[in-house]
Amino acid sequence: MSGASTYVPKNPVLRWFESRLPIVGLVHSSFVVFPNPRNLNYFWTFGGILAFMLVCQIVTGVVLAMHYTPEATLAFASVEHIMRDVNYGWMLRYIHANGASMFFIAVYIHIARGMYYGSYKAPREVLWILGLIIFLLMMATAFMGYVLPWGQMSFWGAKVITSLFSAIPVVGDSITIWLWGGYSVGNATLNRFFSLHYLMPFMIAGVVGLHIWALHVPGSNNPVGVEVKSKKDTLPFHPYFTVKDGLALSCFMVFFAYFVFFIPNYLGHSDNYIEANPLVTPAHIVPEWYFLPYYAMLRAVPSKLGGVCALFGSILLLAFMPWLDTSRIRSSNFRPVYRVFLFIFFADVICLGYVGSQEPIGLFIPASEILTAWYFIHLLIITPALGFFETPRQLPASITEAVLGPRAVGGSGAFAAARTAASPSVDG
Amino acid sequence: MTTRVSSFARRAALALAAALPLALAAGGPASAQDAAEPAAAETPLPPMESWAFSGPFGVYDTAQLQRGYQVYRQVCSNCHSAKFMSFRNLAEPGGPEFSDSQVKALAATFKVQDGPDDSGNMYDRPGRPSDPFPSPFANEQAARAANGGALPPDMSTLAKARSYERGGLWFLLEPFSQYQNEGPDYIHALLNGYKDPPPAGVKVPDGKYYNTYFPGHAISMPPPLSDGLVDYGDGSPKTVGQYSKDVAAYLQWMAEPKLDQRKQTGFKAVIFLAIFSALLFLIKRRIWAGVKDASGTAGAGAMPTMEPKPRV
Repeated sequence: MSGASTYVPKNPVLRWFESRLPIVGLVHSSFVVFPNPRNLNYFWTFGGILAFMLVCQIVTGVVLAMHYTPEATLAFASVEHIMRDVNYGWMLRYIHANGASMFFIAVYIHIARGMYYGSYKAPREVLWILGLIIFLLMMATAFMGYVLPWGQMSFWGAKVITSLFSAIPVVGDSITIWLWGGYSVGNATLNRFFSLHYLMPFMIAGVVGLHIWALHVPGSNNPVGVEVKSKKDTLPFHPYFTVKDGLALSCFMVFFAYFVFFIPNYLGHSDNYIEANPLVTPAHIVPEWYFLPYYAMLRAVPSKLGGVCALFGSILLLAFMPWLDTSRIRSSNFRPVYRVFLFIFFADVICLGYVGSQEPIGLFIPASEILTAWYFIHLLIITPALGFFETPRQLPASITEAVLGPRAVGGSGAFAAARTAASPSVDG
Repeated sequence: MTTRVSSFARRAALALAAALPLALAAGGPASAQDAAEPAAAETPLPPMESWAFSGPFGVYDTAQLQRGYQVYRQVCSNCHSAKFMSFRNLAEPGGPEFSDSQVKALAATFKVQDGPDDSGNMYDRPGRPSDPFPSPFANEQAARAANGGALPPDMSTLAKARSYERGGLWFLLEPFSQYQNEGPDYIHALLNGYKDPPPAGVKVPDGKYYNTYFPGHAISMPPPLSDGLVDYGDGSPKTVGQYSKDVAAYLQWMAEPKLDQRKQTGFKAVIFLAIFSALLFLIKRRIWAGVKDASGTAGAGAMPTMEPKPRV
């Protein structure tokens, strides 16, 4: 998507077409000859995996929508109809339900990779922010999708999350009623959630287009974090990265299939096989696993408005990462102190998820408070401060040197230490 | 014996799971055991039974489902509906697999309201295989009135709708053990969990019964099974233990009727994807061979026909 295409079709019909709409050339320049840093590791394959997951969710979702009924008294029955009477309906639904979880597993790895290798730093700030917009759209889509089966957890999850908007001062209650389309979660809510759940994936697809566009202007970051300096630092997208992404995707699909076919309900909640009942509150309302860290933060702050601010703030703050991180060095491989703190941060988020899955009693209350506080301390204090105090390791002069060693590019042995640090990033 | 072995396995696994929070909960003092202990003392975890349908290759035992249907029809269906089930399901592969003529005869023993006819009247006719299982009560209010105010839950998805926290980090092991039988284990335990009289010091309200495995212990359902209640034709023991096992398996089938097809398809899918991944790995290694040499060009091992040529 960057630079003029050098693509000249041999076929005269294609040449005629190309001179009028250069779309084949666009694909050729973006996904065939596009130069990628040669040292990308397997963490860079999750972008392709995410693109696949989006298509997978849209395809299964469109077919599911042909059999689903978005009406409060019929929704649960229509899902059971899909599970029992539609040919391979059980497979479509389990792929779609587990696909949401796989989507989030992939996106969390993708985001963690961006944070570890400093992919948000200049000139990739817009790329990073577009990614966070996709993440927010994904969360909204997943939340609304979970409401559609109209089980107990669907209903009560929807009630808890939509009620968050009532925390907004003055207009909160009006906004909540407007969202519900009534005075409680009901048929109107289900109907609009279905409509929006169908719409938002296409919004995601649009922002994904921008995300790839913004990626192809500066090109990919890489495990060393040193920009591409010569053609020698890169390899063409095809065949090198098509086959590498393909291999990673195929392995990911084994993992995906294991969940779909052998433990399809493991990531769900058994209460969602009970039809929604506004008169019976489940003993323990929990969101889907991928929202648990945010749920823990929501509950950690004693005031409702404070909790909502913590929840949304925790994500919005990530958009400021390019400016909160004051270090020039991108890759954490060359930041010995930040690297440790970043792993603590990742552990913090995982622990928040565990705490979010538990009832807020006993030690879980102070635990959630400490973990939430640490989340913000890391982003607001440690990340900006370390850029000033930390002494980074010596960076290699170029990607090629990081891959092949200084001798190969005629450099001195001074970079040996740096090369060792970067060596795990070489293709595996 | 099975129960004893599996409960030992569970305890061993729990001990292992309890050791994990140290590694995982680095940021917080939350101990898995603190949370699990009080709940376990209140309501014991249902014992893990061995089921024909557990594990990656487990499929339903047809004879067991047929016996289970017998128990369901003679006992459960007097109070519990199964509104997502139709008679035709009983003949489908991966289920009790009654023959078409058996299902036809079975459906015909039920009276089903149909209509309106040409003059606008509803009428009764014998059931057909395409009919849903008739519900025992006309509506929720009638069901509650007949059951002391309690509503017998619909049984179509019941086995997937019952679960319990095993506590701690036990959940991390389940993806590997593929343990998916909380529902049938719970139903089986519940049917065997009645205690009359209740343990000393426990007061059960009028119209309720003490059950070891029911949350809160006071359940509205009277003990539904007793030895000799259902007459098995295949010589299986006519005991509560056998009935409860058969009916729990049958309820699991009603909740997950495509389990056999799912696991068989899954086996093929995983094998295909694994072989495909292995082939891709070999191709990937071949394409990338030689890329690490000084020139940055593909070496002799790379596929010669692959184009475009890597940039130099």
